[in-house]
Order: sequence, then structure tokens, then C-alpha cells
Amino acid sequence: MKFTLSWLKDHLDTSAPLDVLTEALTDLGLEVEEVVNPAAKLATFTLAKIVHAEKHPDADKLRVCRVLTDEGEKQIVCGAPNAREGITVVLCKPGDYVPGIDVTLGVGKIRGVESHGMMASERELELSDEHNGIIELPSGEVGDRFVDWLAVNRPATVDPMIHIKITPNRPDALAVRGVARDLAARGLGVLKPLAAAVIKGGFPSPIAVAIDADLKAKGCPHFAGRTITGVKNSPSPDWLQQRLKAIGLRPISALVDVTNYFTFGLNRPLHVFDAGKVKGTLRIHAAAGGEEFLALDGKTYTLRPGMMAISDDAGVESLAGIMGGEVSGCSDATTDVFLESAFWDPITIAATGRALKINSDARYRFERGVDPAFTLTGLDLATQMILDLCGGQASDVVQDGAALDVSRAYKLDPARLISLVGMDIPEAVQRKTLEDLGFTLNGDMATPPTWRPDVLGEADLVEEVARIASLTKLQGRPLPRVHTGVPRPILTALQVKERTARRTIAALGYNECVTYSFIDAEAARLFGGGAEAVRIENPISSEMTHMRPDLLPGLLRAAARNQARGFGDMALFEVGPTFTGGEPGEQSLLASGLLIGFVAPRDPFGSRRAVDVFDAKADAEAVLAALGAPARVQISRKVADWWHPGRSGAIGLGPNVLATFGEVHPRVLQAMGVKGPAVAFSVAIAAVPEPKAKTPTRAALTLSDLQAVDRDFAFVVDAKVEALTAVNAALGADKALIDSVRVFDQFTGEKAEAQMGPGKKSIAFTVRLQPREKTLTDAEIEAVCAKIVDKVSKATGGALRA
Amino acid sequence: MDGLDTLKAKYLTAVAGASDESALEDVRLQALGKKGEISALMASLGKMDPDARKAAGANLNLLKDEIDAALRAKKAGLADAALDERLRSEWLDVTLPGRPRPHGSIHPVSQVMEELTAIFGDMGFAVAEGPQIESDWYNFDALNIPPEHPARQEHDTFFMARAADDARPPHVLRTHTSPVQIRAMTAQGAPIRVIAPGRVYRMDMDQTHAPMFHQVEGLAIDRNISMANLKWTLEEFCRAFFEVPSVELRFRASHFPFTEPSAEVDIRCSWEGGQLKIGQGDSWLEILGSGMVHPKVLAAAGVDPTQWQGFAFGMGIDRIAMLKYGIPDLRAFFESDLRWLRHYGFAALDMPDLPGGLSS
Repeated sequence: MKFTLSWLKDHLDTSAPLDVLTEALTDLGLEVEEVVNPAAKLATFTLAKIVHAEKHPDADKLRVCRVLTDEGEKQIVCGAPNAREGITVVLCKPGDYVPGIDVTLGVGKIRGVESHGMMASERELELSDEHNGIIELPSGEVGDRFVDWLAVNRPATVDPMIHIKITPNRPDALAVRGVARDLAARGLGVLKPLAAAVIKGGFPSPIAVAIDADLKAKGCPHFAGRTITGVKNSPSPDWLQQRLKAIGLRPISALVDVTNYFTFGLNRPLHVFDAGKVKGTLRIHAAAGGEEFLALDGKTYTLRPGMMAISDDAGVESLAGIMGGEVSGCSDATTDVFLESAFWDPITIAATGRALKINSDARYRFERGVDPAFTLTGLDLATQMILDLCGGQASDVVQDGAALDVSRAYKLDPARLISLVGMDIPEAVQRKTLEDLGFTLNGDMATPPTWRPDVLGEADLVEEVARIASLTKLQGRPLPRVHTGVPRPILTALQVKERTARRTIAALGYNECVTYSFIDAEAARLFGGGAEAVRIENPISSEMTHMRPDLLPGLLRAAARNQARGFGDMALFEVGPTFTGGEPGEQSLLASGLLIGFVAPRDPFGSRRAVDVFDAKADAEAVLAALGAPARVQISRKVADWWHPGRSGAIGLGPNVLATFGEVHPRVLQAMGVKGPAVAFSVAIAAVPEPKAKTPTRAALTLSDLQAVDRDFAFVVDAKVEALTAVNAALGADKALIDSVRVFDQFTGEKAEAQMGPGKKSIAFTVRLQPREKTLTDAEIEAVCAKIVDKVSKATGGALRA
Repeated sequence: MDGLDTLKAKYLTAVAGASDESALEDVRLQALGKKGEISALMASLGKMDPDARKAAGANLNLLKDEIDAALRAKKAGLADAALDERLRSEWLDVTLPGRPRPHGSIHPVSQVMEELTAIFGDMGFAVAEGPQIESDWYNFDALNIPPEHPARQEHDTFFMARAADDARPPHVLRTHTSPVQIRAMTAQGAPIRVIAPGRVYRMDMDQTHAPMFHQVEGLAIDRNISMANLKWTLEEFCRAFFEVPSVELRFRASHFPFTEPSAEVDIRCSWEGGQLKIGQGDSWLEILGSGMVHPKVLAAAGVDPTQWQGFAFGMGIDRIAMLKYGIPDLRAFFESDLRWLRHYGFAALDMPDLPGGLSS
């Protein structure tokens, strides 16, 4: 919403300076976005007088002038044909910036003659396009500021333009008058009464109006207008053109400019039909669908069923409340007009405007809500203005329907208001504020003015009073603590686990990423996603069409981008939601890490080696341990198909999968443009069970004074026998005595097969026996070892390595 | 006794002359070994009469001790010399790099979320969460944004696809964290104090917008919480978060469908030399929106608005992270550029807490 200071002052009697007004506007909720003060760029220019002018010795078209200025007499070379003795001019001195030529002046020498400044034309000062000569002022004294002269003699040229942002609840502030009312309520002036205009019609309107019954119920409760004959449609007067230009509108003709003036001045959009082109009665109706309509913007729109239209016998003449038609539009030749003032249902207007993608000032206002009680008054005021500017005779008003009854009242509870706002605003002030805003108070019931459709309850009264009282003045008051003393913990167990997972993975050397929750369809499908339920209906790009089923695709895409930047080795992770379905809550929290390339840079110690599955496994286990997962878990090979089938596994507790680790499937890597090898892990944070212990107390530490005994075993087994089978078998040999079993070697490959036979490998593990009561005898140790050999042989089908 | 003096001189000379440990051991065996010369003399004492044995024994013991001491001293000296010799050969280029160790990092969004939790947790706010695919009722209707409301019609909501045979309105990607207000109040009732940090989505992508970003919602409902309490809470938060001695906030009237009265909140700052300084200067920077929870919103969540009242606020986590840590571009937050992650990220053990200062 844009307006000028002088326009505001048409409605507001105020002596407040501009900056006070703009600060107040922002505080009132009418946030000032921009103030353009044309005086600012003219501030340095002063009036001067040419006391002598003669031809330049070396140039026929230049004159050397002696100019009387506030700093004495100066010599200025000037090329203007009208530069002559005795005229009062506008002086730009060396050091001044001249906006129209984008130059900061210096002392110049023109064909050998010094020139101390310049005398400006209108164009050089961006006052108009006039450039036939320098400005000659009919009045003013040497040394006067030019802006002061303009303020008196041509005020529109130095009228500041104010641009404010209007929140959607304030259609009343889409009128200059509404803005003035807020400022008056704030105490920055007095709202001037609106001049009354009661037009006495001289004859019945030749054009009748009729609203279809269905629209009268909802859509168009009230439509009024009148014919004005014998008008002369010429350019509107300067003051009106200046105002419209100042707010960025192009003056068109007096008739059109009047409608724009009412749109912005009083939030009363109007439309003028060329009455000569209207055939028969204007009918307000819902479109049947398929009607074609050439609008004033030059485009043809096809109406859809239900859109509101104004038609005559020839067809649709106006898209009601949104845009008029080209056919019945006004031109310079127009002599008779029909002036429309109507109230349109905001929701219907918004729907039509959206569907046809038309953004007009009328739509903008009708869809937010105009004052339904102002339809006829607005019509009369606009009629008066047309008669004043264009002449002519006005007919009687024709109308159908009646002003919508929006009367309602809400209770003003002064004590509750104070309790909500936390400011001590006396009841009398509360009541006066509401009255200043146009509310009617009857006891403690407040009736909102007809121009405030947004006021729909007691809370709105609170807001109005607080807003006018100024929230800038609000002083903070401490929020009492819920509990006295030390704050209680506030995170849930899952929130704590999420944090722990994140910090643990970072501590393991991974860089945390936050990637988009939506990914492209191809990536989603590679990871078991891409279903219709998780598709976004209106994605912003083809890269972001589906909610992600997993964190790895985002991390892999990130890895590919980093590889493209020349980073080969990386450890990336993310902790975040993945989406299993399209319903609220069908999301789960994962923590995933991705290792690519080598574990370390090249160094003198040979630390560099390619990442492998056991790096990922170790990290997954570290995260699970940090989350308090039990130490005894099962490893399964049942994993999703984006993992390498032979080099991946799932860590589970019974059917509950806690984590997956492994190499990413080479085909997936290739599809996502990542150069491998790449290993990864994913931890399902919520799947990790809560620790059983409910108190911080630890179990007692039991230490044995008896020496533990370590015994090493090596078995020859089939190459596909898993080490864990052997370990579990060994552990089962004597649960009381065996403290731990740890694999320390495996021997596989050609050399192993050469020694042990085709398809064979050896695995070696060490068993620690921890006696509890007495030192073990050799015989006892031998007995346990024999049992271990027996159990492991049976479980693996292997034999002790010779 | 001359014999003993001769022996003594002989062996002390031999000890002194031993060049290494084995030579020294040879000397020890010759003198004190089982078959050594002094041991032999000791053995001969038995044949002497008691008086002579006493005197000779004492002298022999003296000699034995003396030689033994010399042997030990020489042995220690030889060991020292050997170690010194070894150390002289053990030279490494200690300017070589240490063994490589990976350095992980925490994303600024996660870090700032923990900072928020530390501050609001101290003020008794729990952390609430809600789904990111949200029904239009929670995202709009319950928050007093009816279907025809302009905020709902702005083209910035992502809608989920809806099967043709499903008549329900399509779900949305939540456009703000405010629906968590409804879910938290519905689940817990009043009184309540929660913050709800998380991802939100809007169809916007340009220099300063990303289609996904992070917000934190705040909600405090009790019997008589006022807008003045809201201002204090936000002042305390900003002072603690930006880690400055004091801040000044300015409330400006505004409009949000779910609060009434509503206020935009600006913080006093300066931009001197292109550097943002919070808490001083002549500029104001808009940092969040807030207000008193609309009675209709309370009612939608099953809280009686005639009995309970309170405030809510929402702010951009990425934005306050950018302001606090001087991060220039929002979109880079989601690019996962390793250089960016390492530069703007935080160490794993940089866990924000109030006693130590959030960022130190």
C-alpha cells in the first residue's frame, strides 16, 4: 500500500513530522517498507539570479553568466537558450549531486572559461521531461532553498511517498483514510470528516441492474450504480496524476483515474462502463462455464462455472470485482458512463482470481474485504468527482440487493485485557481507543465498525487496544519458574538418544550434514521408496519429488558433489527423519554414516587404506554401545537390496533390527554417480531398547584375585563358515568359566587353500578362562579346552588346525 | 696382609679396566664367583684357629665388600654409557606429522538446537515434536487459518499426492512448527511450556530462501501469562543465546492468525563495518514473530480459553545461527560441502551448556 504525505493529510489533520508518522505506522502494525522523499535529492539546490550574460568568446551557443548566489557572485557557463540577465534560476554548486544527469559537479573549465556550478533544467532535477531551457522561477529570493519554493508553489513535486506493508487482516488500511484513522487513534492528529456528497439524480438510469438469486444469497449481496451522461473524458488534473504517479500508477484518463483514486484513498474499488457499449440490463450472475471474456489487460479469459460475471445482452462485460472488460471500457470518445459500486464475497473473488491468475487492485481489496456499508456513499462521492472533472448529468441510483448486515458485538473485559497484555491501560483509555477506531460501545459491548471484517472476537479488541497503546512501550516481566530450585531434566529418552548418537558419530570423525527431506524419484526408488503416498504433488524441482525413505541417498548425493569438488575421502553423517508413508507420523529417526575412499590421507606411516565394511561395523557398534544397546546381539545377512549382498549385515535383537552396515551396492553407487568404495551404517535410534537399570547405581564390581588363563585355538573350516558361529560355540562350552572369546586371526585365500585344501580357511581365536574359586589345575584347563574343541568342531564342521 | 692389598689392587684395576658388561662379569667371577680367588680364601678360613680366623675373616669381608661395590658402580656406569650410546643413535625427525586422526563435526543447526534446549530447558520448557507430513487441520485449521485465508492460499505450501479414491484433503509438509503447539496441548493440556524445534517446508528457493529450513516454536500456557512475560522470556533468551551482556527488543504490532495480539520482534543491533553486533547500535533487526495464543487455537487443542492464556513464538533456527555465527548463505546449510561443514561445524565435544557459556 502506497500513498503520499499530502494524500494522508487530506484525511488527517496533523502537524507531526514525517519520521514521527512513519515510526508510529510501523509500531501500529502498518510496517513502513520504504519512504521516498523527493525533496531529499533536491535539498542542496538554492535560488540564484543571473545578473549578467554574454556570449562565450569561443562558442556561439554558450553564454558566460554572472550569477548572484547566497555565496556571492559566481561565473557560470551555460548552454541554455533562455539563460539571460534578470531571471531567477535554480543553482547547483560544485560538490552537489545532480540526479537527472547522475553527476557530482566540480569547478569546470568550458572552452577555456571557468564555470562554478550549473543552472538546472527540470529534467536535470527529475521534475519533468522539460529540457528546452533552464528553470525560470517567477518568484523567490536569491539563497532560498529550492525545495522550500517547491513546497509552496508545486507541493506535489516534493510530496513524500510512503510504502507500508499491510497484513491480510487489515483491509481498512488499504485505504489512505484507514491509515489516517490509526494515526489519529494513536494521537497523531485528528481524522477529518469525509465530505458528504449527495447527488440528486436528474433522470432514471437507462441501464438497469439485476443480481441472480443465487448470487444475492452468497457472492454479490449488493450492487449499485448510476449512469452519467454527457461527460468529457480527458486527462485528469495534474494533482491527481501526480498522486497516482507517486504511488506507481499510470494516469490513463479522468474516468479511470477517479476509480483508482477511490480504490487507494477509500478502499472503494469502482468500475466505469462505457454506457454506449452496454446493451440492455447488467446482470450479475454465476458463469455457466466456457464464456470467453476479453479483459482490460488485453488477455482473453475463459470463465469456469461459478465465477461471478457482469453481463449484458452481448455477453460478459466484466469479471466481477476483479477486472472490467475491454469492449465496454472507457475511451477518450466516451460520453456516457455507468459507474458501478458493489460488494463482492471475498472468498469467491479470491477463488476466481487465483484460478485465472489475475492480480488486480480490485481483487486484492475485495478478497480482503471492503466496507459493505460504504457502497452507496462511495458511489455518490465518486459521482461527484466525475461530475467535477468531466461534467455531465447523473441519473438516479439503480441497485439490487442491500448492504450486507455485519453488525456484531463483543465484550470488552478491561481486567482480562490488562492481564493478557501485561500493560496497565486504564479502562477509559481502552474505551477511547476503540471509539477512535470506529467501534461503538454500548456498556461493555463493543460493536466493530463495518470496515473491520477482521474483528471477530474479544481477543481482537485486546489486540486493537494493545496496538494503539504501543507494544514498543511494553516492559518485560519475569516469567515465574515452574519449579523453584534447580531445573528438572526436560528431554525424553529418545531425544537424549538422538543427541548421543549425533555426538558419538561426530566423535568417530564424521561430518554432520543436514540434507533435504525430499529427493528425486530415482534415488528414492533405489532405496525402496518413491511410492505414490510419499510423492509431493507440487514439487519445487524434479530433484525434490519424493519424501526420502532413507538417509543414504542424500548422503550419497552429497558425497558425489564433494567428489566433484575434488574431495575423495570423506566421512559424512546425518541424523534425521525418514518417511515410511504419507500419513502424519509415518516417519522414523535414523542415524546414518557414510565412509568413502580411504581412512586416512597418505602419510609416512602407511596409515592409508581403503575403507571397508569393518570400519562401518565398528562405528555402528560404537553408536549402539553409546545408546546403551546390549553387548550380545545377532548379526544377520538379511539386508535391503541397496547393500552389497556379500558384504553387509544387520545387527539385531531377536526380530528387532537395530542397525545395518556394509558396503553400498556397486550398482547403487554407479546410479548415484559416486566413486567407490563406499561403506555405510544406519542405526534405527528408536529401536534400541531402554537400558533395564532404572537407577544410576551400578552393579557391584566383582574382581577375582585368581589369574586368568588364555588359550589360543585355530580351526580349519569351510570358507563360508562365519566366525561368530565358532565364537558362540566356544562361549557355550563352559558358561561359568569362559570369560571371553575373541577372534584374532583369519587365514583365507589361495595360500590358505594351498595349505588346508580347496574351499577352506582357518580362523583363530583366544579364549580367556577366569577361575572364580580356585586356581585351575592343568587337568581342568585341558578338560575345558577339549570341550571347546568339541563344541566348535560340531558347530562349524571344522577341525582343530594341525 | 700384603697379599690382600695386592689382591685388592689387582681386582680394582681389573674392574676399572673392564670395557663392557661381559668383561666385568669375568672379573666378578674371578674374584667373587664360587671358584673365585676371594671365595677360595674365604673357604680357607675354616682351617685357621679362631683368633686368626676372626681377624682374617673381617679383612676378607672388607675386601669382598670393596670389590663388590666397585663392580656394582662400574656396572651402573657401563649401563649408563651404553644407554647414552643408544640414545645417540635414536634420532627421529619429530617434525613429521602425527598419525592421522579423523575430525568430525556437528552441523550448526544441530548445535543451535542444543543451545535453544539449554536455555529454554533452564526456564522449564520441554522439547515437543510432531510429524513433518501434517494434516491440513493441524497445519492450518486448528491454528485459526481457515481454508480461504490468504496465508493458506499463498503458493508456498507443499502438498502430498492424494490417491484418487481418497476424499480427504491432501496432507501438507508442515509450513511451520506451530502445529506442534496443537499436538502438545492436546496431549498434555495446560499448564504447559514447550519448545518445538524442527524442519519446516515452503515452496521458496532463491538467494535467501530454501524449500526446507528449521524453526523453533515456543509455547507457554498458564493461568495468567501475559505479553509482558513473553517479552521478558524473549529478552532472556536473546541475551543468553547471543551471549551479550544485555539486549533490547522492540515489539511491533503485527498479525498472525494464531496469536492475538501479535507482535513482530526486532532486536537492537549495529552493522558497523559490515559486522553485526547484537545489543548495541541504532539499527533494528527483525528476528521473530510472537503473540498471545488465540482463544480459538487453545480451544482447538482442547484447552479452555476462559481459564488459560499464554504466549507463543516462532523463529528461524537457521537464521539465528547465521546471525550468531556470521554464516552468510542459507542454502549452503543443506549443500553438505565438506569445506563448509568443517568451517562452520562444531567439535563433537562442544556441547552447549549454561555454566560454561553456550559457545565456549
